Amino acid sequence: MPGTSSHSAMTSRSSERFGKWLVSAPPLVYLLFFFAIPSLIMVLASFRTPGEFGGLSPLVEDGRLDLNLDSYVRFFTESVYAQIFVKSVWYALLTTLFCLLLAYPLAALIARSPKKYRDLLLLLVILPFWSNFLIRIYAWMIILGPNAAMARAVNGVLSWFGHEPVALLFSSFAVLVCLVYVHLPFMVLPLYANLEKHDQALLDAAQDLGANGWQRFRRITFPLSLPGVYAGAALVFIPALGIFAIPDILGGPEDSLIGNIIKQQFLETRDWPFGSVLSIVLTVAALVLAGLAAWVGRSQLGTRSSGALSRA
Amino acid sequence: MRRHPVALWAAAAAGYAFLYVPLIIVVVYSFNNSRLNAEWVGFTLDWYDKLFHNQEMLSAAGNSLLIALVASLVSTVLGTMAGVAMYRYKTRLLPILVLTPIAIPEILMGVSLLIFFVLLNFTLGLASVALAHIAFCIGFVAIVVRARLAGMDESLTEAARDCGATPWQAFRHVTLPLIMPGVIAGALMAFTLSIDDFVITFFTAGAGTVTLPLQIYSMIKIAVTPEVNAVSTLLMLLTLALIVIASRLTPSLLRSD
Repeated sequence: MPGTSSHSAMTSRSSERFGKWLVSAPPLVYLLFFFAIPSLIMVLASFRTPGEFGGLSPLVEDGRLDLNLDSYVRFFTESVYAQIFVKSVWYALLTTLFCLLLAYPLAALIARSPKKYRDLLLLLVILPFWSNFLIRIYAWMIILGPNAAMARAVNGVLSWFGHEPVALLFSSFAVLVCLVYVHLPFMVLPLYANLEKHDQALLDAAQDLGANGWQRFRRITFPLSLPGVYAGAALVFIPALGIFAIPDILGGPEDSLIGNIIKQQFLETRDWPFGSVLSIVLTVAALVLAGLAAWVGRSQLGTRSSGALSRA
Repeated sequence: MRRHPVALWAAAAAGYAFLYVPLIIVVVYSFNNSRLNAEWVGFTLDWYDKLFHNQEMLSAAGNSLLIALVASLVSTVLGTMAGVAMYRYKTRLLPILVLTPIAIPEILMGVSLLIFFVLLNFTLGLASVALAHIAFCIGFVAIVVRARLAGMDESLTEAARDCGATPWQAFRHVTLPLIMPGVIAGALMAFTLSIDDFVITFFTAGAGTVTLPLQIYSMIKIAVTPEVNAVSTLLMLLTLALIVIASRLTPSLLRSD
């Protein structure tokens, strides 16, 4: 807090309040206008009727207010949408799992490296994330393309066994590989932040007591890293759930996820109310899972590391 | 220094390869003298030459640069304010508004802004895209600036105030110079995020406005061509340079997630 020696307490407090207002008001107003209000409008739109030519029908028509639950009823009665939603959750879960498997060795290696190399190794994980999202998708179009070495090798092996050739591109395989590729850095960062704080003495003690490498990992490192795992899982799962560009570019017709259906409702079918319902379902799912990850992470942190295990 | 088990080394090396091989392939094939991105034929710069004569591509690049400049300037000012406010004052609403746009799937912001602009009869185009980009960049700038403030010695500002500086003078001559590396890093991040953004731009650009990522999208929806590799290589060079500079300015950038 600023000192008060050259000001009376009164003017200092009021200038402090003025200062607070001065710095917080502009970003607050901007985000209210371009984030909060549009979000509220979307919630309202979900209770409206689609207009004849797309968009929304008039709010008041023949003295009747246009507010209804039709689009929600449609989501819960037409099973195709629930199926796509379940499929999206499944893809996001698989993505999270594979990201965890790939990220763990990376994060562990960085955390165990000498201090002077850690920032560089971490930067190398983050850099691909900062290259354009579409370029990272496009790279897999090349790798998995029908004329590329990988497809020829796979189909060569398959024909050896008398199997029909398969297409790697435009398949759920392509979608999953790219989902993992795009989200991997989000898992490495929180895992590393956690693993870096682990106390080597615990592992040494376990080794002295005869624990082998796997036991040390299973009984010490992994349980202690769970807060990092949950944080990473939330950072991967939530964006993966809403993705539309990857299935759109790399997937086949059966790989449409909830993001693709939302895009379709807003840009092709132009059914805003139903698109809004799908968006709200997506938001609620994302928030529930983020909350769950935060809650589980905190309770894990409470029970595990308040004990003698962590000194970080 | 501790010994690394070989298995850990191998698994981590595979992880790095997974991250980099796809990007390297894009770069290598941008110099390949073949229409197909399938095997190496010979070195050429033809695809870059074609790129610089492609009017659509050049105008898309111009749009992207303009939007990124405006969006990064405005979001740096607003984001710095938000970072200072979040660090100094107890505010409830501001952190929620600043951080939620980063945490939710991008498509949600895209579609809600689409409804918003259309209902306001605001023509979709460069302006709507820039306004949308500012909204999601504010949070990234605020996080970097707040991290920088947290690493700063607050008693310096107090000393300035004790010497009779007004709050503005203390901010202008003490706090701001000290957090400047964070502000610049935030601006570079905002510029990169804006020039790279596809999802939110896709919904807020309307039919007539094309940015670089939108142009790349429409090209790869049709076919894989080495021209896309060339533009990708240039775009990657630009954003990677900016991010390396930004992470030099604030090493905490790496850990502030």
